[in-house]
Amino acid sequence: MSAVARHRRQRQKFWGGFGYHAFGIGAALFFFAPFAWTGLASLRTGSEAQQPPLPPWPTQGVSFDTYAVLDTFGAGIWQHTLNSALVALATVVLTVIVSLLAGYGFSRYRFPLKNVFFVLIIATLMIPFQSILTPLFIILAKLGLNNSLVGLVLVYVTLQLPFSVFMMRNAFDAVPREIEEAARIDGARDLKLLVRVLLPLVMPGVATVAIFAFLNSWNEFLAALILLSDNDKYTLPVLMTAVRAGRLGAINWGAVQAGVMVMTIPCLAVFLILQRYYMRGLMAGAVK
Amino acid sequence: MTSPALTLAVPARLRRRRARLGQWQGLLYIAPAMALVIVFFVIPVLFTFWMSFHDWPLLGQPEWIGLDNYVRLLTDNKFFTALKFTGYYTVITTIAIFIVAFPLAIFVEKQRRGAGLYRTVFFMPVVVGLATASLLWVWLANVDSGLIGPAIRMMGFGGKKVNLLATFDGAFWTIIVMVVWKVAGFTMIILLTGLQSIPTELNEAARIDGASRWQRFRRLTLPLMRRTIALALILSVTGSVLAFDQFYIMTSGGPQNRMISVVYYIFNQSFVSFHLGYGSALSIALLAILIVLSIVQLRLLRVGDDK
Repeated sequence: MSAVARHRRQRQKFWGGFGYHAFGIGAALFFFAPFAWTGLASLRTGSEAQQPPLPPWPTQGVSFDTYAVLDTFGAGIWQHTLNSALVALATVVLTVIVSLLAGYGFSRYRFPLKNVFFVLIIATLMIPFQSILTPLFIILAKLGLNNSLVGLVLVYVTLQLPFSVFMMRNAFDAVPREIEEAARIDGARDLKLLVRVLLPLVMPGVATVAIFAFLNSWNEFLAALILLSDNDKYTLPVLMTAVRAGRLGAINWGAVQAGVMVMTIPCLAVFLILQRYYMRGLMAGAVK
Repeated sequence: MTSPALTLAVPARLRRRRARLGQWQGLLYIAPAMALVIVFFVIPVLFTFWMSFHDWPLLGQPEWIGLDNYVRLLTDNKFFTALKFTGYYTVITTIAIFIVAFPLAIFVEKQRRGAGLYRTVFFMPVVVGLATASLLWVWLANVDSGLIGPAIRMMGFGGKKVNLLATFDGAFWTIIVMVVWKVAGFTMIILLTGLQSIPTELNEAARIDGASRWQRFRRLTLPLMRRTIALALILSVTGSVLAFDQFYIMTSGGPQNRMISVVYYIFNQSFVSFHLGYGSALSIALLAILIVLSIVQLRLLRVGDDK
């Protein structure tokens, strides 16, 4: 190979890499900039917060004014964050328990109508919950669970079940039966067997189920808007509609920025830390 | 002295009893899941049908009115306007998402340094809520305190204030950009799974045979990805037909009430005007539309199987 040709190829490689990363960085900016912009803008002082975020960073010193203003809405930001956190955690715990049991049952036992039950759970995916909100509202009222976080949690758990039961059944299917046989001979039975022996083996599936339950319940808006009517029970997205509506016709945009950050940070943290399990769930769903 | 047949019979009976016990145990394990699905899903679905034949106020007695709600639905101009708007929105969003997501999927599929990091960054908006994303973008698009309008002015395009959310087109395209920002990463990952399932040897062989990059994409990649594309298409279409958060939060259905989607209209009928019976009839209509879309979806997938 002549020196000229080698030189040319190197140059091509350099410009190819350059184009690749130019495109990558450009696209990454589009997807990341709104987060960075909001995060920086939310740290501006109260008077600055109503100005356009140009530049986005605080020019009059860093302050938490916007978060303080956000705290004056509804029952205070701690209360609403607590509501959202409680709903999300309860949804995660219940979804994991219910889908763990159901996944185990569907994977290991034979019983009448098994396939009918399984299809029934999966088929709920075909019917969007938006189309059953009206009766759900009335049924919850009949059960005395309207305007309650417990009712909301139960609805969220039900919405998570098709995906979660499917994930957990597959997780149990992948565990060899010999392990169970051996444990059974050692005297472990039923729930003890499930919790002590099998749970550690299906932990990746549990992680995936838990992440999706957390993100979906933390972010859900429409059902919370309809089912919660008491001011101090609002979850964060419902609270933010009050912030968005403003007071006396004036919207405090600083509070909006602060609210967006409070809702965003937990999602991004969970995703970035547990990305592996999240992507696994997504791929499993996509292949089916 | 016992016969061998008898000694065999005992364990068999025992085994059978244990099997029967096992059956009940299996049902026990799935009972909590079934209870939730039945109470919070199956009954509500059946109840929707029942309610749709009633005049059902929030307080007071429901009254059986037969098919009146459905008759009303067929002559309800507002419903058809909502339907038309939702259809328009669905087509435009889906096209926009694919135009952005396909190049991104091809981009992150390359085994190069940084590809994983890029993939993560492109995906970040997917994990935040649609309500959160709507709030973020309604601020960015605000005329006085936002970013986009003032930035356009600063770059010297006209002295007038740019109010994106004041006109139908401005608000519509702002929402489209927001949704693309929020969803493109998700569609990208779906398409990526399809791209990765194509054997590299096929591409190599085509290249050696002298097929150009475009020819390889058109004749090799696209046909082999048919199933994946169908899946991404369905998810995008279903999601768009059910759109609500962005219209409620970003434009409150405006300007001039021209951004009322179907779910928004059901919401208004059921929970603002409290016509719960009529809201149920509308829900049934929405369900019917989605079932038709599902059938089309299954068709698309089956076509993918034939190839």
